[in-house]
Amino acid sequence: MNLLKSLLDKAVKSNPVFGLMLGLCPTLAVTTSVKNGLAMGLAASVVLLCSNILISLIKKLIPKEVRIACYIVVIAGFVTMVEILMKALAPAEINNQLGIFIPLIVVNCIILGRAEAFASRNGVVASIGDAVGIGLGYAGVLVMIGAIRELVGKGTFWGYTVWSGYSDAPEALAAPATVAVLAPGAFIVIGLLFGLFNAIGNRRQAAQLAAAQPVRFTTSADEKAKGASAAEPSAQ
Amino acid sequence: MHVGYVEIAIGTILISNMVLARFLGLCPFIGVTRRTSDAVGMGFAVMFVMTLAAFATSLLYKYVLIHPGPDGFNLLVALGVVKEMPADGYVLVLKTVSYILIIAVLVQFVEMVLRKSVPVLYKALGIYLPLITTNCAVMGVALLTTSDWKYQDAPLSLGKAVWMGFCGGVGFTLAMILMSGIRERLAVARVPKALQNVPIAFISTGLMALAFLGFSKLFGIEL
Repeated sequence: MNLLKSLLDKAVKSNPVFGLMLGLCPTLAVTTSVKNGLAMGLAASVVLLCSNILISLIKKLIPKEVRIACYIVVIAGFVTMVEILMKALAPAEINNQLGIFIPLIVVNCIILGRAEAFASRNGVVASIGDAVGIGLGYAGVLVMIGAIRELVGKGTFWGYTVWSGYSDAPEALAAPATVAVLAPGAFIVIGLLFGLFNAIGNRRQAAQLAAAQPVRFTTSADEKAKGASAAEPSAQ
Repeated sequence: MHVGYVEIAIGTILISNMVLARFLGLCPFIGVTRRTSDAVGMGFAVMFVMTLAAFATSLLYKYVLIHPGPDGFNLLVALGVVKEMPADGYVLVLKTVSYILIIAVLVQFVEMVLRKSVPVLYKALGIYLPLITTNCAVMGVALLTTSDWKYQDAPLSLGKAVWMGFCGGVGFTLAMILMSGIRERLAVARVPKALQNVPIAFISTGLMALAFLGFSKLFGIEL
């Protein structure tokens, strides 16, 4: 239970994309569909897991002055492995669409960031946990953005048609909005999701403040905030 | 389609802008565009390094990583590391590793040279230079110029690769400057609390990308 909670903490609270603002490029570039998002999320997570394990194992051997270069070489090695594996195992369509973003995992700041901030200071088991949590959070965001863009832009989910427009509806709903799978859609969707993440964060903070301080004059808003904070632990 | 110098310029600056269409270099794009002066500094630093990186990786690709053909030159053969270059793919596996190392070394080298020889430029680029090592736009251009991408039968020639690196930098700088202008205005606009700062920056980028979508197939160029 404790393990699950710490994993969720890493995946949600210190979410690499929305919490730490890392790894933005592939987050936007490859999330035109759920499949692509999942493939990219898995590829990056595998690299993260392997590099975290190896770096936590060899952390004592790496001289401090050249540690970043060492981390980059380790990461690049695993990226190359994942690249070859993807070429062999994944469908050609996914390989085509992920294109240069698979080799670009090497400059994904999430992986280097975890190597520097976590794996180089902790043991193997803790590093594996960290990689799984962060990887889950990252893959989750990619799948979520992919799902939204695919649903709005193509009217499909995982390739299956969900809606193809309503002929008697107002013009806005007559057909899927292709712009969502194009570049502008990516920016707008992630902007709105960022906003949502912030809004939820702000509300939680307010609720925690209200719960922590003794409230003298209880208003209905305070009651609501209290209710929200009381409901929180059980939800987690 | 024939890809000449003009096509590469229009294609990488306007049609497939590094940031707005290819999604490369988003971290500095969001991180360093609060003030126009910072955005310009970062833009020029990236332009500089990107041109050099395209040159270096293109050389590396042509003369080290791939099989040079029947009587072409290959550095590994010339140095006697291998007797005969194996078929393509065996050394090419090292592409990602060698590119990132070349870029890291290049950034370090540029920093040292600038500090000794052009202190004015060094001061201007200052803190932005080390950040460029992990800028995916630089690595992205290196990968784009040396792989068989959609509209290209073979990797670009050395001259075109360098030109594409430079134009990629120009496109990046253009996007940075436009964005910093918008964000300086946004700083005084009334934005809902949850959307302040980064979210609204993304949404405005989306609108800007929508405008850039209007350049697609400009002069019949697809890049």
